Amino acid sequence: MHHMMTTVEDAIEVTPSSGKKPRRVKSGGGLSDGWGVAFWFLLPAMIGFVLFYFLPTVRAIGISFQDFPLINADQAEWIGLENYRNVLGDDIFWNAVKVTIYYVVLNIGLQTVLALGVAVMMDRLTKSVFVRSILLLPWLLPNVMVGLLWLFMLDPTNGVVNDWLGYFGVDPIGFLSNPSWAIPALALINTWKFTGYTALLLFAGIQTVPGSLYEAAALDGASEFTMFKTITLPLLRPVLALVLVISLIGSFQVFDVVQAAGGGLGGSPGDPLNSTRVLYLYIYDKSFVDGFGKRAGEGAAAATMLMVGLLFITILQLRISRAGESDLA
Amino acid sequence: MSDLTNQQATAAATALDLEGTADEVEGGTPPARRRSGGGKARIGRPLAWALLIVIMIASLFPVYWALRTALSNNTAIINDTDNLLPPEFTTFNFERVLTNQSDLSTDELRQFREDVSAVGGNDTNFNIWDPIRHSIVTATLITVGQVFFCAMAAYAFARLKFKGREALFTVFLSALMVPPIFALIPNLILIRDLEIDLYVFQIDMGWLPFADEKSGWTSTYPGLVAPFILMTPFAIFFLRQFFIGISKEVEEAAVLDGAGNFRRFFQVILPMAAAPIFTLALITYVNAWNEFLWPFTAGKELNVITVALNDFRAQTPGTTRPDWSGLMTATFIAGAPILVLFGLFGRKVVDSIQFSGIK
Repeated sequence: MHHMMTTVEDAIEVTPSSGKKPRRVKSGGGLSDGWGVAFWFLLPAMIGFVLFYFLPTVRAIGISFQDFPLINADQAEWIGLENYRNVLGDDIFWNAVKVTIYYVVLNIGLQTVLALGVAVMMDRLTKSVFVRSILLLPWLLPNVMVGLLWLFMLDPTNGVVNDWLGYFGVDPIGFLSNPSWAIPALALINTWKFTGYTALLLFAGIQTVPGSLYEAAALDGASEFTMFKTITLPLLRPVLALVLVISLIGSFQVFDVVQAAGGGLGGSPGDPLNSTRVLYLYIYDKSFVDGFGKRAGEGAAAATMLMVGLLFITILQLRISRAGESDLA
Repeated sequence: MSDLTNQQATAAATALDLEGTADEVEGGTPPARRRSGGGKARIGRPLAWALLIVIMIASLFPVYWALRTALSNNTAIINDTDNLLPPEFTTFNFERVLTNQSDLSTDELRQFREDVSAVGGNDTNFNIWDPIRHSIVTATLITVGQVFFCAMAAYAFARLKFKGREALFTVFLSALMVPPIFALIPNLILIRDLEIDLYVFQIDMGWLPFADEKSGWTSTYPGLVAPFILMTPFAIFFLRQFFIGISKEVEEAAVLDGAGNFRRFFQVILPMAAAPIFTLALITYVNAWNEFLWPFTAGKELNVITVALNDFRAQTPGTTRPDWSGLMTATFIAGAPILVLFGLFGRKVVDSIQFSGIK
């Protein structure tokens, strides 16, 4: 992850600031201190890290190898790989994988294309902070609120979206209660939420492209589209790769909106017919809901596999962005 | 915290130095980069503007729609679903959602229920003030604690010299790779049993204040804030960037005055980084207010507003006359603090996502 951060810096070419990043004065000015002082400054954060990140990681992996009833945790028993075998043999798990990937592909595909369009438009039209603020607003709202706003707007009987579709002669669609619409609808909801934020990141990336390139291209009579394809896109690639992966990781963890809107009015998360039972929901139910967490070990096994998957995506990203870095240099 | 955290890693990385950016943006950067363009551009620009405006409207519309519905008579909503203005305007929905029915006398209650039915509402008691209070307390504690403790850690990583500093920083940042759901079972057990399991020996924390023998810290304020109040990798990363940028000379002057590390931290570093610290506090508060997964799991009885809202929806039966006005009023109220903060300080949040790369 640290690497991910440094690649952002490299990717968006903050060379001026990384160049003048003040190097520590060698032992001068009383700024060399040793662990004595540092310890006290780091203590609270260290306790937080150990208690809520480090130990839970070790423990969760441990739990994934145990028959672990959440309520009587003291009766846990080591059972080797059985949880993994059970999860991998569970059709609902594979359905959750399928549903989640479908969701991620729709969500990230739409969101990235839209955000790229918005970023280029902003770059061409306006640097206004007001415009950017408005685009950013959905990103700041609570997920549960976002879910409920759309639960209403997408309702088949009282929702305004179906009203508008009606003007074009489309029959009302139960976006959240129809199994074939539920995932696309959830993907659209989160696309609404994250497009502005993603656009702002990409907009920031576009600002690093030297204006002289566009001037030269314009003198050659290049069209707006040609410039986008031959200048903006190639030079933006490192930033784009990074933004993509970070959104991917977030998208795989969709949960709150499914809780709030999954199944539509009167439905419940996972509805209809497991069509919105995404991985997070599968893990959550296994860990805490089904039989009050009787098989929490299986939840932990599924969560461990999810984490490994996300790590894999991150490593893949490092390769991609390294490969794409030197374009501007 | 929830799904924002990963995304914020980028925000952090892109927010290398705010002050610089703000100036440059205000300075009206666009260099001689825009072409006056041929005929194509003349049609293209208005078209692009129109598209951008449509997208801006789309960003705002759902929030407006909640407000419009909250200000309508629920019976009218159902008959007039696409009226852009509130059909049969009323502020009674806010009044009824904000009323705790247990505060009313028998007569008042009867009257109240009649009024609620008159606007087509659901008269189940939904006491929204408790969750609002729970959210305010939780978010405030998390913000104050996290910003302060992470500022301390960021100071150590930015300004103190000690062995293994870079390695430790990397280890802290690696916490960004832990998906919240992965740590959820262990965190719940820790808070519930208040027992730190180090495999070799157990540390019993049952002596802590607010601890209940059966439920530990679940559904208590300490339990709700514990996983967030001490550190998040994002906050440390964010502040470290700014602390690195503060000029050494100022701190050295304080050294000459005989100020120790703690005094320098409080009297030099914190005041000089007031702006980014405020921005971080803003982002932290928004995150804490929006948090759902942890309170949903460990705080069912001390329900914060996001959890209450989710329950409210679950209780609304799929009848022929759902109480949309009531639901949208509660939804709008749940988001109102965010809207207010955003209205006042949105610019700071936007700036924190921009970066210093404008040459």
